[in-house]
Amino acid sequence: MGRYFGRKSIVYALTCIVAVTINWLVPRFMPGDPVLQMLISRGPDTNPEQTAVIMDYYNRLFGFDVPLWQQYLNYWGALFKGDLGVSVWLFPTPVADVVLRALPYTLGLLLPAILLSWFLGNKVGAMAARRKWLDNSVLPVGYVLTATPYMWLAILLAWSLGIVAGIFPTAGGYGFDLQPAVSWEFASSLAMHWFLPFLSLFLVAFGGWAIGMRNLVIYELESDYANYLAALGAPPRLIRRYAFRNAILPQVTGLALQLGVLVGGSILTEVVFAYPGLGNLVFQALLHRDFFLLQGVVLFIVIGVLVANFVIDVVYVLVDPRTRAGMQGVSA
Amino acid sequence: MTDTRPLKPITADARRAEIFRLALGNPKVIAGLVILATLLALGLAAPLLSGHGPSDYVGPRAEPPSADFWFGTTLFGQDVFVQFANGIRSTYVVGLLAGGIGALVGMTVGFVAGYRGGVVDEILSMITNVVLVLPAFAVLIILAAYVGIDSVVHQSVFIGAFSWPWVARAVRAQTFSLRSREFVDLARLTGVRPLTIIRTEIGPNMGSYLLLVFIVLFGGSILTAASLDFLGLGPPGQMSLGLMMNQALQSSALVLGIWWWFLPPGIGIVLIVGALYVTNIGLDDVFNPKLRKM
Repeated sequence: MGRYFGRKSIVYALTCIVAVTINWLVPRFMPGDPVLQMLISRGPDTNPEQTAVIMDYYNRLFGFDVPLWQQYLNYWGALFKGDLGVSVWLFPTPVADVVLRALPYTLGLLLPAILLSWFLGNKVGAMAARRKWLDNSVLPVGYVLTATPYMWLAILLAWSLGIVAGIFPTAGGYGFDLQPAVSWEFASSLAMHWFLPFLSLFLVAFGGWAIGMRNLVIYELESDYANYLAALGAPPRLIRRYAFRNAILPQVTGLALQLGVLVGGSILTEVVFAYPGLGNLVFQALLHRDFFLLQGVVLFIVIGVLVANFVIDVVYVLVDPRTRAGMQGVSA
Repeated sequence: MTDTRPLKPITADARRAEIFRLALGNPKVIAGLVILATLLALGLAAPLLSGHGPSDYVGPRAEPPSADFWFGTTLFGQDVFVQFANGIRSTYVVGLLAGGIGALVGMTVGFVAGYRGGVVDEILSMITNVVLVLPAFAVLIILAAYVGIDSVVHQSVFIGAFSWPWVARAVRAQTFSLRSREFVDLARLTGVRPLTIIRTEIGPNMGSYLLLVFIVLFGGSILTAASLDFLGLGPPGQMSLGLMMNQALQSSALVLGIWWWFLPPGIGIVLIVGALYVTNIGLDDVFNPKLRKM
């Protein structure tokens, strides 16, 4: 088990270093001065004072006068202090503040969508295996859902349930006429705005989990131990329970592998609903060519996904008796 | 072992013919391929269909589907059908290219790591695992925003560069189990070079699996490319299904009720990716005799 976590830790540490290095490297090795270019591309200089402050800030931050390796170390130093720079779009708010303000919305969307879709997808998928009538409906629906681009399902839901039916609002995190407050009115507005983006993320992910679980359970039910149990006269319920417990392990690994895709999906969904989370920040940063904000958000997302991956690894050890006992287990 | 009649050798050609026959008898494969071929034909015919380009302003604004404009026009009077056909075309290009690149890199890494083992395997597996946990879409956004994407080929290279790790892992595991088989040992003992062994002994034994892998990568790349295009990070001046959705959303097509603008691109993607998945299940039935009876 120590070996398992040792290997995993090395992978995560390396990935983190690679991600931070890409983030540092890419703007630096682009032709031209990225700071100047970004400021120019923002249009005519209407506020020379602000421009001068930003230029000065970034030239100092990047420390273009020191050798490259020192620039790199400085970048890490700033990162550890939680300093992601200053947003140009929302000048002079620090990027870290902008990100932290958007974070609750994204987490509130992602966590329920991921956990619920995983849980229900596994349940429904396992039920569909070997039940012809259910399988005939779950399988096609599941495949259509996994083939659906996140943003399109979001557009479809916003248009049908939001605009045509008029049941749900289609933009923002809460009513435009409201201020965040602890009140029923605000809470219900929050919930109404939350529902459609949640539903759209949930549905696409649900299809994938259901199909995966169905295939895994069928595979388990065909295995020798299942046949042996059946030959002994064990009740089908018991066999199915064993099959489910064995099939759930690859699904835990699948959850770790799918995290990046799901986070990407939430970026797209938030853009469609103008939901004030990290995904919408990515889009706004691209629109306003605010590369510092973009980098900050993306770095935050990458590190968030790594942390979540680590949590899933710990869960895996708790669920899988083989890794718990330090036997063969999974390879890192 | 008492039967001493000479076994009729099953030639590669005979096996291929058998697989082909089974594939053509499989309704899933047929349905998937028919959808794929129809849309491909539409995409290929795109430039011939009309005299104007996908972004030309040719008709009245926001006109619903009609005999003149089959899919209607956009808010600015562009022909949605021409945009759709061109989008389908670039969707196929990006899927084939990015899927191909991803499959090639994944197979190469997997074969080498699995066949060589030892330190080479350790290093390659470490790289694979690092790229595997890296959220590819987030990194692609950074790359596309800074480096810029100037063509579909460029976009495909970026997407392929991050989609290979799970392929490498699967191929490595299979190569691992194949390389200790007798026929591989025999080839090694007779002095066949490692690359030739991988190509002639190990590769063909995984051929069906590799085809399935490519199909999954094909579909995945299409979804990734559409997502990048939707964020406005696609190749400039290149019409795509993702860009259509981007423009529709940016022009408030939802509020204005121009449904013929934002429905076709999504339907196109669902059809292509869905057809790929269906073909995949069908081929799985064909290649895997265990599943055939179901």
